[in-house]
Amino acid sequence: MRNICFYFQVHQPFRFRRYRFFDIGQDHYYYDDYTNESVLDKVKTKCYLPTNQLLLKLLKKHKDKFKIAFSISGVALDQFKLYAPEVIDSFKELVDTGNVELLAETYSHSLVALKDEKEFKNQVKQHAETVKEIFGVKPKVFRNTELIYSDEIGRMVKSMGYEGMLTEGAKHILGWKSPDFLYCNAIDPKLKVLLKNFTLSDDIAFRFGNKGWCEWPLTTQKYVDWLVNLERKEEIVNLFMDYETFGEHQWKETGIFEFLEDLPDKIIKNKALQFVTPSEAIKELQPVSAVHVPNPISWADEERDLTAWLGNEMQNEAFEKLYSLLPKIRQCEDEKLLKDWRYLQVSDHFYYMSTKFFSDGEVHAYFNPYETPYEAFINYMNVLSDFTLRLNSAVPESNLEQELANLSRIIEKKEKKIKKLEKQLKTSANK
Amino acid sequence: MRVLMFGWEFPPHISGGLGTACYGLTKGIAHIPDLDVIFVVPKAFGDEDQSTMQLVGANKTPIKHRKLNVNKFSQTLDYIEVDSKLVPYVDPEEFWKMQSYEVSSTHKFVQTDESGLVQFTGKYGPNLLKEIADYAIVANVIAQDHDFDIIHAHDWLTYPAGIAAKEATGKPLVVHVHATDFDRSGGSVNPTVYEIEKRGMEAADKVITVSNLTRNIVIEKYGIAEEKVVTVYNAVEPNIKETPTPFKKKVGEKIVTFLGRITMQKGPEYFIEVANAVLKRVDNVRFVMAGSGDMMEKMIRRAASLNITDKFHFTGFLKGDDVFQMLRMSDLYVMPSVSEPFGISPLEAMQSSVPVLISNQSGVAEILTYAIKTNFWDIEAMADAIHGIVSYPALSQMFIKHGKEEVDSLKWENSARKVKLVYDSVLP
Repeated sequence: MRNICFYFQVHQPFRFRRYRFFDIGQDHYYYDDYTNESVLDKVKTKCYLPTNQLLLKLLKKHKDKFKIAFSISGVALDQFKLYAPEVIDSFKELVDTGNVELLAETYSHSLVALKDEKEFKNQVKQHAETVKEIFGVKPKVFRNTELIYSDEIGRMVKSMGYEGMLTEGAKHILGWKSPDFLYCNAIDPKLKVLLKNFTLSDDIAFRFGNKGWCEWPLTTQKYVDWLVNLERKEEIVNLFMDYETFGEHQWKETGIFEFLEDLPDKIIKNKALQFVTPSEAIKELQPVSAVHVPNPISWADEERDLTAWLGNEMQNEAFEKLYSLLPKIRQCEDEKLLKDWRYLQVSDHFYYMSTKFFSDGEVHAYFNPYETPYEAFINYMNVLSDFTLRLNSAVPESNLEQELANLSRIIEKKEKKIKKLEKQLKTSANK
Repeated sequence: MRVLMFGWEFPPHISGGLGTACYGLTKGIAHIPDLDVIFVVPKAFGDEDQSTMQLVGANKTPIKHRKLNVNKFSQTLDYIEVDSKLVPYVDPEEFWKMQSYEVSSTHKFVQTDESGLVQFTGKYGPNLLKEIADYAIVANVIAQDHDFDIIHAHDWLTYPAGIAAKEATGKPLVVHVHATDFDRSGGSVNPTVYEIEKRGMEAADKVITVSNLTRNIVIEKYGIAEEKVVTVYNAVEPNIKETPTPFKKKVGEKIVTFLGRITMQKGPEYFIEVANAVLKRVDNVRFVMAGSGDMMEKMIRRAASLNITDKFHFTGFLKGDDVFQMLRMSDLYVMPSVSEPFGISPLEAMQSSVPVLISNQSGVAEILTYAIKTNFWDIEAMADAIHGIVSYPALSQMFIKHGKEEVDSLKWENSARKVKLVYDSVLP
């Protein structure tokens, strides 16, 4: 029996408004509310609501035979709360069927795993708490932002108690090996690793509506045949994709919804195939070997590396500058600042600064609010400059300043007390 | 294949981008086998670099005893007196002299000296239109004297010459539009110049433009058929000069430079407004406006009234090596042109490892990726970009590193190949 594991990623960034350097130190609101709300509204109408509705219908129809998994970033949840609470409700309905698994990730959809273990764990915890609070479930399997994974990240994830993790079945990692088995982490073999079958995933996510593709049109029958006719021993096919594939990347007109509606039926009717959630997969399958990933991989581009986010000087500088604030952030208790801190880390900001796409503007232009990577960088750095100023004034510079702040606070207290006592003295003297 | 090429200036006697572009292109053409150039300029001084082509000075061609075939042009292109302010493209030095100049006499005939040579000044001066007409007459003679397959005329100054040569020989004509009067005048077009330009484009078998920006102007404003107009981008000569920086800058202080003619076309007033916006908030930066032109006085007054002259400097006209030294001192080169058909100078800045900020209204913006581009009127965006460059080092590091690579990949040879394709398309 071959297992089919569907996982969808749900994420929306908070885009920054055009933040000029004139604003630094003057205006501390960074977000483009209009764009954020209108993009969310568009995606909600084209994708989230109709797809959720369809999936709910399918889950009810096929009872326990149809299963899927989601991860919803904390930032996306924040946006739903703000602009479209009905989307949260419809996801709740899905989760309540019992056949929808929610996965853990970083709250901010950030790249922090590459930088700081403590902050990484902090953000994962934050996300898990939010998911628990909204949906009443505790995620057991982890997926990192953009499926970024390395042996070291796997180790950190295991040390937080997660049993499994999702990543890309990158060719340069696997070599001759197939992604269609369960693997385990090279440092801590107790962490199971599920690898994306990128060919079959991208057939749906990227190629489905492409009329120039030699396999167009893709029918459910054809797709199920592909799933069945893989190498005989292969145990699991991991189909990981952006949730926005349905209705947004692939428009309704391509027939993507009809495809999605019919596919579970065809898979369930086929005796050689069955649906599993990531948790079931790692429980039921035996890992065939460890997968060695010394350098981080992701699910982006041909190279499956980090260069879409950290590939040029601008991205590296912005990233370094951002996390150089960590020591101060740890002392910061101002909720407003911490919220901005979360939204500053969203990986999309770094993606906007990529120069990889000069030759291939199409992918890049999609959902990118900036005309050029330079604008994206300048805007981000301006916001970061203002944020740094605010953080510096909220968190005193050195120990000495800290001490001074403490002392002056004590003096203030004593003075208040003296005044109070003097007052008492006066009133008693008057008597 | 032999090309009869009409230009107006040639190194070392150059007053602007037109000469640089002509020179680059002929050098590029030299790389293509079986392609020869006869280059005609109104005044050959004798010290031009003639390694790559044969240079014919119009003033060395005796025309006295020639039978002139000037049927149309002697009537329509008679000397027309124009106010010197309308002269389109002036050597900045020359300009100052010109202001006190008075054009007193009107010449209605072709002036020749005793040996029958027509005198040309070879500079863009008040006699420009008369010279253009004379040039056309001589072109006719030259065309009959030389053997060639195709005629190539650079910019409106030489279109009449190109047409005359075509009339005399029946060979196909290609005109090369480096600028139109819409760029130079900012919209208030000189009707005489427009007329000459339009006639040249109409008479041509193909029109080459230096950018799509210019191509659109040619199609829309001059009514030339789309399929007749081809864009061939300019390139830049490899730069080997390595001069030492003239003086040490104050540590941490950045220099932002405008370098070019201070005329309306180049948008100097936007540069001043941007400088003002930046100086209000940023301490460690100085602005330099290098060059001269008809708007210089106005600009100095504006800078003074904004009270920024302690950080905003005028250098006046810079020559030769001074230009490179100025560039090498700069941390950012700004070209806020209102309408720039191409704009070679940002490429030279990039060669000198200087990041560039250019307006979307420049042709060169179409081919550069490692440059910041904004609209010329968008003071806020430009100010923000300048602040970004001086405050966030990664940005300029990136431009310096990749900008040089990008510019080095632009070769005149490639432009020349595209020009060759245009020639092929008009030859029978």
